[in-house]
Amino acid sequence: MTRVGLIRLAVIVALIGALELACRTGLIDHRVVIPPSEMASALATLLASGSINADIERTLGVITLVIALSIVLGFAAGVLIHALPRVREALDPFFATYYAVPIFIFYPVLIAIFGLSPMPIVLIGVATAIVAMIIATLNGLDRVPRVLIKVARVHRLGRLATALTLQLPAAAPYLFTGIKLSVSYGFIAVIAAEFILSPAGLGRDISDAYADFDNRRMYALILFLLIIATIVNAGLHALDLRFAERRSGGRP
Amino acid sequence: MHRDIHAQLNGVTRVYPGAGEHPAVHALGPIDLDLRKGEFFAVVGPSGCGKSTLLEVLAGLQRPTAGTVTFEGKAVSGAVAEGIGVVFQEDASFPWLTVWDNAAFGLRRSGVAEAELRRRVDDAIAFMGLKDFARAYPSQLSGGMRQRVCIARTLVLQPRLILLDEPFGALDAQTRLLMGDEVLRLWRQTGATVLLITHALDEAAMLADRIGAMSARPGRFIEIIETGWPRERDSTIVAGPAFGEITGRLWERLRGESLKALGHADMAQSAQSAQTAPRAALAAE
Repeated sequence: MTRVGLIRLAVIVALIGALELACRTGLIDHRVVIPPSEMASALATLLASGSINADIERTLGVITLVIALSIVLGFAAGVLIHALPRVREALDPFFATYYAVPIFIFYPVLIAIFGLSPMPIVLIGVATAIVAMIIATLNGLDRVPRVLIKVARVHRLGRLATALTLQLPAAAPYLFTGIKLSVSYGFIAVIAAEFILSPAGLGRDISDAYADFDNRRMYALILFLLIIATIVNAGLHALDLRFAERRSGGRP
Repeated sequence: MHRDIHAQLNGVTRVYPGAGEHPAVHALGPIDLDLRKGEFFAVVGPSGCGKSTLLEVLAGLQRPTAGTVTFEGKAVSGAVAEGIGVVFQEDASFPWLTVWDNAAFGLRRSGVAEAELRRRVDDAIAFMGLKDFARAYPSQLSGGMRQRVCIARTLVLQPRLILLDEPFGALDAQTRLLMGDEVLRLWRQTGATVLLITHALDEAAMLADRIGAMSARPGRFIEIIETGWPRERDSTIVAGPAFGEITGRLWERLRGESLKALGHADMAQSAQSAQTAPRAALAAE
């Protein structure tokens, strides 16, 4: 591990240690926050009991679906909009202000239309994550050097071959940023929607535990989601670093 | 067509149509040019005179507004013909591919057998002095080496007409001289016809058999100068008096045009008078 990595790990361990100490010494009321060690032991018990398996399956399934739809549809929409400059000109102001609008206000409307099923959660998740992917795709395609298109013509490549062999790899760093944002937005939207109103899922579980003053269960579930989100983001970060290293030839 | 003529432009003009508040721009011509098989032809002219437009029309990357372009007797219009290779001024290496894969890019799509592909790519990389960098990525190379990667990518396709659009524009003077030697070596060994677009008079004077001096926009050839260099030559010719004469003559022809391109029409007029006065005096004598 690098020196920076060691310092990062030390900071995290120190913060967890400080929280543990504050909880154990009564500086923080155990009715508000339980010690991290108790969170971990509660999570181990929960996972061993298998009582949250169905919720884990449901929530992670919905998140995966939301992320996949956002990335695929967002990329396709981005490519299409990029090819239609007038449509793009018309839509640009909406993209620029999209995240200034609280999209979640439409969640009750979606529940009214589709009922208490995974459908409103999937829709609100995709609505939250897809625009990040569209914007990243547009940015990426904008930044493909014009000379590469000329090179494609010199090599007599068709439109599809140009897109797949030159435009896509040239735009890849921007597309990857879109993927990372879609993953984050997908996670946030699905958990938040389940938390607000859902018949099942980890977000609903956290909400129920909170309402029942069941701190052990609530913090165990929060810890579980934190671990999953951290693993996914660390994986994406490692991939990003690997691609960046190839492009920069290992230079920082 | 004369059998020595490899590519030809006949009455070629290029007008970029106006859009909205922007008026149409007459960028090029009418222009005529016969490129002889195996010659090294350089095009020089003031900024914005249509040099790159000329190259792109000849390559088939742009359609001429009027006139005809032929390569090996066949019309070229709006598509790059087989046998034409182009190297651009901008860095056109692919940062996501190694030097070797960059060079192999075009050949991989041409259906050449794997063994033949390997041989041609290895040869091109060795020829361009990149053998030790075959597994490196372009970001690990200098600007001059990246340009060599682009030349290697063109070279593997064994083009019969090589079009170079200011390929050394972004390089320092010493590297440009050395790259000039490499291009001369490439030209001699491949036997290809080369058309070089450059803004550097010394580069044109050192490399070319013939140099076309272009007017300010719309670009036309105001003079085509034969350098008379032997085929076996390199950058050491810059030390000789003939080199100075050629660059001096080019500058004499282009000074007024460059002033015009900068918007100094009055200065261009007096530059032209200064050129013609001594000749008139000599004629009177």
